[in-house]
Amino acid sequence: MLSFVLKRVLSTIPVMGIVALTVFLLLRLSPGDPAAVIAGDYATAEQIARIRTQLGLDQPILIQFVRWLGDLLRGDLGVSIFSNLPVSTLIAQRIEPTSMLALTTIVFSVIVAVPLGVLAAWKAHTWVDRAVMVFAVIGFSVPVFVMGYFLIYGFALGLRWFPVQGYRSPFTDPGLFLSHITLPTLALSAIYIALIARITRASVLEVLEEDYIRTARAKGQAETKVLLVHALGNAAVPIVTVIGLGVALLIGGVVVTESVFNIPGLGRLVVDAIQKRDYPIIQGLILFFSLLYIALNLIIDIAYTLLDPRIRY
Amino acid sequence: MTDTAGKAIPIGATMFGGWRPLAARYPFVVVSAIIITLTVLAAVFAPLLWTTNPLDLNPLQRLRPPSEASWFGTDQFGRDIWTRVVYGTRVSLAVGIAVAVLSISIGLFIGLTAGYIRILDGIVMRVMDGLMAIPGVLLAIALVSLSGASLTTVIIAITVPEIPRVVRLVRAVVLTVREEPYVEAAIAAGTSLPMILIRHVLPNCVPALIVQATYVCASAMLTEAILSFLGAGTPPEIPSWGNMMAEGRAFFPIAPRIILFPGAALALTILAVNVLGDGLRDRLDPKLARRV
Repeated sequence: MLSFVLKRVLSTIPVMGIVALTVFLLLRLSPGDPAAVIAGDYATAEQIARIRTQLGLDQPILIQFVRWLGDLLRGDLGVSIFSNLPVSTLIAQRIEPTSMLALTTIVFSVIVAVPLGVLAAWKAHTWVDRAVMVFAVIGFSVPVFVMGYFLIYGFALGLRWFPVQGYRSPFTDPGLFLSHITLPTLALSAIYIALIARITRASVLEVLEEDYIRTARAKGQAETKVLLVHALGNAAVPIVTVIGLGVALLIGGVVVTESVFNIPGLGRLVVDAIQKRDYPIIQGLILFFSLLYIALNLIIDIAYTLLDPRIRY
Repeated sequence: MTDTAGKAIPIGATMFGGWRPLAARYPFVVVSAIIITLTVLAAVFAPLLWTTNPLDLNPLQRLRPPSEASWFGTDQFGRDIWTRVVYGTRVSLAVGIAVAVLSISIGLFIGLTAGYIRILDGIVMRVMDGLMAIPGVLLAIALVSLSGASLTTVIIAITVPEIPRVVRLVRAVVLTVREEPYVEAAIAAGTSLPMILIRHVLPNCVPALIVQATYVCASAMLTEAILSFLGAGTPPEIPSWGNMMAEGRAFFPIAPRIILFPGAALALTILAVNVLGDGLRDRLDPKLARRV
């Protein structure tokens, strides 16, 4: 068991290495002079030179990589060109709204999607199943910002149930937090609900064909218990895996959602960085989100080996 | 199962069976195919579809509601929204198709090589794992912001994050096919490696790749709109749905249609491509169909 955990932890190192190398090479191998691109169309030669020195682009590439990696390992994600603040500081300032939005989305999606998926599997090949799957395809196809604007149009501008945009911290005012976070959560959840509902349906459907389900039914077990304990319990591994993998979708979605609803989180940091051509911020956020994604999937992998006695390596 | 013996099944009926049975059995897929056909026709014949010049500014006609002269109304520069939505199909389809073709061909090449040449496999798959860990939208944003906004850059930037999934898919097929007796027979007969790959392995990848291509196409159209919306996509002078939505943001409370029309067009197109993909998957790739 311990050797599996150790092996799984070690296996993330090459992946992280590839991520770091890709992000490093992105700037260095891009066509043209990256310093000039970052400086913008109206930059003077001195400004370009300053950015080149700041990013270390005037050094030999190998030295650049060693230095950059050394900084990275010490948690230094670089310095913003525009504000001169460390990228890690900027991330820390903006992380609360993003993590709150991600959290509400994951919780809401799981609460909605898992029962829907179980229902669809239980009523497989009936109109209920079809309705759930149609909903899932729609949820998967409507882009998060389109969904966001339609929600604003209907519920904020039309019915006036929720504020149009903005963010309030749950630590200062939980009520305002909830009213502000509802529409962004709904918009961002659609794709995630679709994904989880589909995989829940598929894996529960597979488990329902197992002999022990027939045994449970034969001995007169209540259908809800068969579904929720026997079927869902045994179908949990792929569901949890997809929840982890889906975080990748969530990250892309968060950036857009924050932009639609004017939430001052990491997504807005990206958008502002695009407009100001502040490349170190974009780079730092790519690294941050990638490492988060790798770590999360590592934890999920280890968690279900610990929880599911059938999985042994 | 019970009474098929008595019925005469006309030849060909089981495969496609004419239009009516097809429409009855796969109503959503048929509707999607029609929507996609209409989108393609709109892109090709954009100038003929009661459109004006999509770039024509008309300050006197700013923010007009829908009327007989401009069906969807006008935006904050007085440009005709109907015209721009129709021309937007060109950008979306160009990006969707280009990214699908590029990522499938590159992914196929890498996947075939990695799946068949053991030494490469480990390295290539680690690189793909690494690329998959990077959020696709952010990677595309970085690529566009480093090489400047143009349609070509956007296509390349969206293609790169799509490649790993294709590689994984192809590799999975290769790994199963290479154990098949007919491949062993081909090896025993002295067939060269490229020949084995092209004649025996490649055909097995085709069904899965066709399905994957539709998904890549849908996802590419979505990413293009996201990039444009965030300001890291096609240059603002190109009438793409994402650009239209980005420009309409400030006017959303007074003229929501600037965003809602291109948004609906985008959602409908992506939905149609995804449904078509699901239909193709059920037909071409029953193994996958059973799994999800």
